[in-house]
Amino acid sequence: MAQTKNSELIKNPLNLNNPITVQVLGICSALAVTVKLEPAIVMAISVTVVTALSNLIISLIRNTIPSRIRIIVQLMVVSFLVILVDQVLKAFMYELDKALSVYIGLIITNCIVMGRLEAFALGNKPLPALLDGIGNGLGYGLILVIVAFVRELFGSGQLFGFQIIPQACYDLGYENCGFMLNPPMALILIGVVIWIQRSKMKELQEK
Amino acid sequence: MEALSLFIRSIFIDNMIFASFLGMCSYLAVSKTVKTSVGLGLAVVFVLLVTVPVNYLLENFILKADALVEGVDLGFLSFIMFIAVIAAIVQLVEMVVEKFAPALYGQLGIFLPLIAVNCAIMGASLFMQQKAFPNIGYATVYALGAGIGWFLAIVLMAAIREKISYSNVPAPLKGVGIAFIVCGLMAMAFMSFMGIKL
Repeated sequence: MAQTKNSELIKNPLNLNNPITVQVLGICSALAVTVKLEPAIVMAISVTVVTALSNLIISLIRNTIPSRIRIIVQLMVVSFLVILVDQVLKAFMYELDKALSVYIGLIITNCIVMGRLEAFALGNKPLPALLDGIGNGLGYGLILVIVAFVRELFGSGQLFGFQIIPQACYDLGYENCGFMLNPPMALILIGVVIWIQRSKMKELQEK
Repeated sequence: MEALSLFIRSIFIDNMIFASFLGMCSYLAVSKTVKTSVGLGLAVVFVLLVTVPVNYLLENFILKADALVEGVDLGFLSFIMFIAVIAAIVQLVEMVVEKFAPALYGQLGIFLPLIAVNCAIMGASLFMQQKAFPNIGYATVYALGAGIGWFLAIVLMAAIREKISYSNVPAPLKGVGIAFIVCGLMAMAFMSFMGIKL
């Protein structure tokens, strides 16, 4: 791991080592906030910020944390960051914060954050840890945006709240697929994303 | 009667996994065999039953606006308080299980400490905060319902995955891919409960 170049720390999680489709971490929030693009992007940014900063902080103090209580220390650092994010969102984007409801608080228990802390930040220098956090946050965001894009486009014919599918199509009998807005479609879409990714990259397939 | 409807509602309609996707990570990771998933499911039910009422008391007597000191709202501390309570209780449960049921401890292995970071546990406490139950009884009933719903979901999923391991799944879908799609189909089935008016 020590030899991994810094640029790869950011690039790998986007594709080969994606936190959602390959490491299977942080699914909970990925599914729930993807009905529309806007909350998905806000969520992606929040998670990236929290992952990056918590990776940095834990990596800075990694030599002083006794290993027996490291989980508690990590949880405290993460929840401190999440409270900051939550307060910022409440102050500047109150409506969106309401829409994301409990899922902002759940960044604390988002496995991506804890997973990266355990797997990377505890054993690496601050700079790579920061980059790793950013990379994984972006990888998570990428999947969120893909799923939210499909769900919003086909579910309500809009992107970012703007009508994309023209009225003429509706006049011809096109209808929004309301099912896209329901929870099950999020699961199936992620399944399909995994399917596509793994058919392209044979080395990721499970035996 | 209202408590009963809350109970049924939290098992089937507001199912932790199929309606709000909480606890998906351990759900997908542990649902490979029925035996371990029963163990994890029971552990989740138990931890929920303890943490939600404790957090309810914390929320109502300390964190709520004007609860502790007149004119002070400690609501912004709720994340950190909830997670601290959950982590402490999970640690306690781990020690108790290790002492009195070593066989179960061996089986649950690394998953027991992971319950601390299981979104279902934290999520139930946050939903409890959001729903603002009138008394601790409702909070307990809600915790029990949410836990049983999670238990049901993971055991059903494990049973299906045990069967799937003998089926001829396309290579790129093997493992996680098919698990997601199966879970989606199960969520569709659970959606039919939404029509029930309680």
